[in-house]
Amino acid sequence: MREVNAKVPGTWLVDGAVHGEVVRLDEALSFWGGFDAATGRIIDQSHPQHGTSLAGKVVAMPGSRGSSGTPGVLGEAIRRGTGPAAMIITKADINLVAGALTAQALYDTTCPILLVDTDTFAELPDRMDMP
Amino acid sequence: MTISLDDQEQRWLDGADGAAMQLAMRLVLAAAEVSDATSFVPIEMAHINSCHYSGRLSLDFAEFLLAEGATLAVPTHTNASLISCTSPHVRPEASTPDEVAGARRVMEIYEQLGCSTMWTCAPYQQPEGRPAFGTHVVGSESNAVGFTNSVLGARTNKYGDLLDISAAMVGRVPLAGLHTDEGRRASHVFDVGDLTAAEIADPNLPHLLGVVLGRTVGSGIGVIDGLASASEDELKAIAAGAAAAGGVDMFHVVGITPEAPTLDAALHGAPAAQHTTVTSTHLREAGAMLTTAAAGDESLSAVCLGTPHFSIDEFVETVDRLDGRQVADGVTVMITTSRAVAAELSLRGLADTLAAAGVQVVLDTCTYYPPHPTGLDGLTMTNSAKWAYYGQGMLGVPIAFASLEHCLESAIAGRRLQ
Repeated sequence: MREVNAKVPGTWLVDGAVHGEVVRLDEALSFWGGFDAATGRIIDQSHPQHGTSLAGKVVAMPGSRGSSGTPGVLGEAIRRGTGPAAMIITKADINLVAGALTAQALYDTTCPILLVDTDTFAELPDRMDMP
Repeated sequence: MTISLDDQEQRWLDGADGAAMQLAMRLVLAAAEVSDATSFVPIEMAHINSCHYSGRLSLDFAEFLLAEGATLAVPTHTNASLISCTSPHVRPEASTPDEVAGARRVMEIYEQLGCSTMWTCAPYQQPEGRPAFGTHVVGSESNAVGFTNSVLGARTNKYGDLLDISAAMVGRVPLAGLHTDEGRRASHVFDVGDLTAAEIADPNLPHLLGVVLGRTVGSGIGVIDGLASASEDELKAIAAGAAAAGGVDMFHVVGITPEAPTLDAALHGAPAAQHTTVTSTHLREAGAMLTTAAAGDESLSAVCLGTPHFSIDEFVETVDRLDGRQVADGVTVMITTSRAVAAELSLRGLADTLAAAGVQVVLDTCTYYPPHPTGLDGLTMTNSAKWAYYGQGMLGVPIAFASLEHCLESAIAGRRLQ
């Protein structure tokens, strides 16, 4: 983990670059059961952003929740190219990190994850390019 | 904050014991860093979800572990699979060949790695899957994590797939979260004292309470105050509903769960941060979330029970309620459970009774996720909040949440009774 000195202060849980349109999720997401790795869309019908595509987006969300299948589905989405380009979260999340690191180890492609405080989260721009 | 590694941990991280152990140690170390842990704690057993195929990555990861010399440090039990080995017609290979073949191969690999092949989401329903009070373990499947922490008093965070088997390989987890005393303190009181006697006696109550808990606390820890009794099956329902609707990994029930002899004990002597008086409205709203079928829709395609896997007691109640009657033609009734409970059913002569009634007992898997189970062609009833919650997004059929009695009477009548 390293501190970043860019316009969005935070801690990298998974290193990398963040480039893309920011999609903000109002609630935590269970990737397994709540997200379809084939289409890149949220399928949890009770999620406020049901139907939203996360593919290639900088996904800003509180964290993951629910099912224990989250790392595998996140990793699978990264493999397929239907997953987020990066994630910005407010609660340290071991399962998102496990999915991103495993995809990196197996396929040499990953999803950087940045941990930020809630004030920073509230003021994220619509598009990010960092570092 | 950093964590210092002992010689063996450093050896794994350096790859001296192979690439599989190296990746496992990397994932567990990353979990420690993310959790700000300063030490590891040894675990005594694991229940893993990595054996549940969820795409090519599941298979690639398993093949990688096998090829690169993964070894297990502790007894490691398997969660439910994507497929049933004993009832292959539920998810026919011809319909989704990649998924079914992949799932079968993943099951083979985890067996070859030395796992105990329970294939159940309710490991706590068999003696070897019940860790002792106070022991540190690895849990993964969300209802089992809730049950293990809350009802058994063993300690685990929710380790998702990939991370769960990694922890089982290195035999340790970061000392953080629910592994620590302070991490197990309730902060939110749910007082059920205002509910009517009829609401308290409603068999749906544990499922609905679980949903209320999950929707309210998210991943926090709640304590339910005012329940006079709760069976293990009812606590299982609370755990499953709370984990599905929120991210609840632990809850307390005053006077019932082991770390809550009193409300004060569950709160560790501190004041509660929040207090909710559970009302009829809460329960009604939770119930409404679980039913997508139109109010007057009397059609019925299927009844799905056993999420989490049915216990022997739940099967006995089912046989009693069926009372020798058969389910109607055209209605698929499936009850999912473990091989161990199925063996007990056979011993008691109940397997034949259920088969004669037209009830399918499906092992190794569950029915609320794709590939689409055979027979779920329209309105499906379930007595499980978890099934209803996930099925909505994953199966695309109208769902009606109802009690076991209501589900079975509807199956016999051949239509959804109102």
